[in-house]
Amino acid sequence: MSADVETPEPIIAFRDVWKSFGPKVIYEGLDLDVYAGETLTIIGGSGTGKSVMLKCLMGLLRPDKGQIYAFGQEVSGLKERQFAAVRRRVGMLFQGAALFDSLTVAENIGFPLREAGERDRGKILQRVTETLELVGLPGIEAQYPADLSGGMQKRVGLARAIAVEPEVILYDEPTTGLDPTNVHRINRLIRELQRLLKVTSIVVTHDMDSAFDISNRFAMLYDHHIEWTGTVDEAHSTEHPIVKAFIEGNIGE
Amino acid sequence: MSAAQGQTLGGVSAIGRGVLDFVGTFGGVAALTWGVISSQLRGPREWSATIQQLRVVGVQSMSIAFLTAAATGMIFAVQFGWGLRRFGASLYSGKLVSMAFVMELGPVLTSLVVGARIGAGITAELGSMRVTEQIDAIRALGANPVGKLVAPRVIACTLAMPILVMMADLIGTTAAMFITMAQVGVSARFYWDQVLSTVGMGDLCHGLIKTVFFGYIIGILGCFYGMGTWGGTRGVGRSTTESVVAIAITILIADFFLTKLLLPIL
Repeated sequence: MSADVETPEPIIAFRDVWKSFGPKVIYEGLDLDVYAGETLTIIGGSGTGKSVMLKCLMGLLRPDKGQIYAFGQEVSGLKERQFAAVRRRVGMLFQGAALFDSLTVAENIGFPLREAGERDRGKILQRVTETLELVGLPGIEAQYPADLSGGMQKRVGLARAIAVEPEVILYDEPTTGLDPTNVHRINRLIRELQRLLKVTSIVVTHDMDSAFDISNRFAMLYDHHIEWTGTVDEAHSTEHPIVKAFIEGNIGE
Repeated sequence: MSAAQGQTLGGVSAIGRGVLDFVGTFGGVAALTWGVISSQLRGPREWSATIQQLRVVGVQSMSIAFLTAAATGMIFAVQFGWGLRRFGASLYSGKLVSMAFVMELGPVLTSLVVGARIGAGITAELGSMRVTEQIDAIRALGANPVGKLVAPRVIACTLAMPILVMMADLIGTTAAMFITMAQVGVSARFYWDQVLSTVGMGDLCHGLIKTVFFGYIIGILGCFYGMGTWGGTRGVGRSTTESVVAIAITILIADFFLTKLLLPIL
């Protein structure tokens, strides 16, 4: 009973999730809890299904079996239209930013606001300006994604993800393909957003330096399930052979 | 197992795969069509995107559609003028050219040429959006990609094709007139008298009704292959090729059945 009092209710939970793509098995009974306000980083080798977890949570992919809970409700069984309400509470930064090429930066960031029913152009523009300032890119509203560098695109992608003030932000490989300066900039931004917006963050990365920089807690995906979870300090001192080997860079591919 | 048995089994499995592919494509296209209809019923309707697509499909395809129509009209005028001379009927080539154009050549050739251009463009654009996760992003940001991307393209193709074909019919028949005048020596008035006494409203409707279906085929197949793209830039190339081939074959098959269906009615 006392354990129940000490452990808060997870804001997001994966329960016995199974997923395959044809013959390729991704998860066999995956379980994971994510708690409000924390930054949890999912680590694991390439192709183990880290990004698939985020996509299952967003309803972009459906698990074959098992349940996913978000904000106290089961979301894995929701229909596409019912998912819209959940998606408005979760922002996602895609690996390649996934900005809409044919729209300007302002239209990209304003997109989720319009979809959420905001019709006041002044309010939308104000929110666009605010989020661009927050990600350190003021004044680029009229530019197109093709005019921006990779790092700037990621930051605009982040501005779009936070435009509707989500409670949870999902980061899919936020620093992949960026130069060291931009890696530091994105990491600093994730920490700042965490501090300013008090959101829950789930980060998928195989960049361990970034992971240690931004996380409160780790979850290691290995052999189709979550092999280990622990705090940053526990990750430093763990004797778990697989986690240790991964952190030291001895496994990963 | 003997080599002959192995070959037979291989053939059967290839046929099976082909049937499964066809059923999968047919089911996917039907589901996408239902998605377009329900997105229009539920809203929001993307009027500005539809108008923009009408410009891309209609206005920007005019030059290629009209060039094809003019060239075909001239070639057929030469062919019919030459062929009918053997029967002493070359004066009446306008009747044949206009009838062939309005009922068959205008709708099918324009749809094939515009279909290749537009279908490839739609598939490549949506395919690129798919592999760069832009379509996932649309869903993640609370919108419906079928309503946002597919519906405007399908509606624009379905609306633009009959208008394009009507104009192509006029241009092809006019181009044929110049050749007939030069080749046979008839006057413009005589030529148009022949055309108007031959082509009735039913014939015109026959051609235009077919192009409504061809426009839908171009839009829906272009979008279906684009939305189903996987495998990076190589995948975009593959689905674009598949889309153009599927559009051409489906237009030709649909033309046969629509002609059989419409001829007794109109």
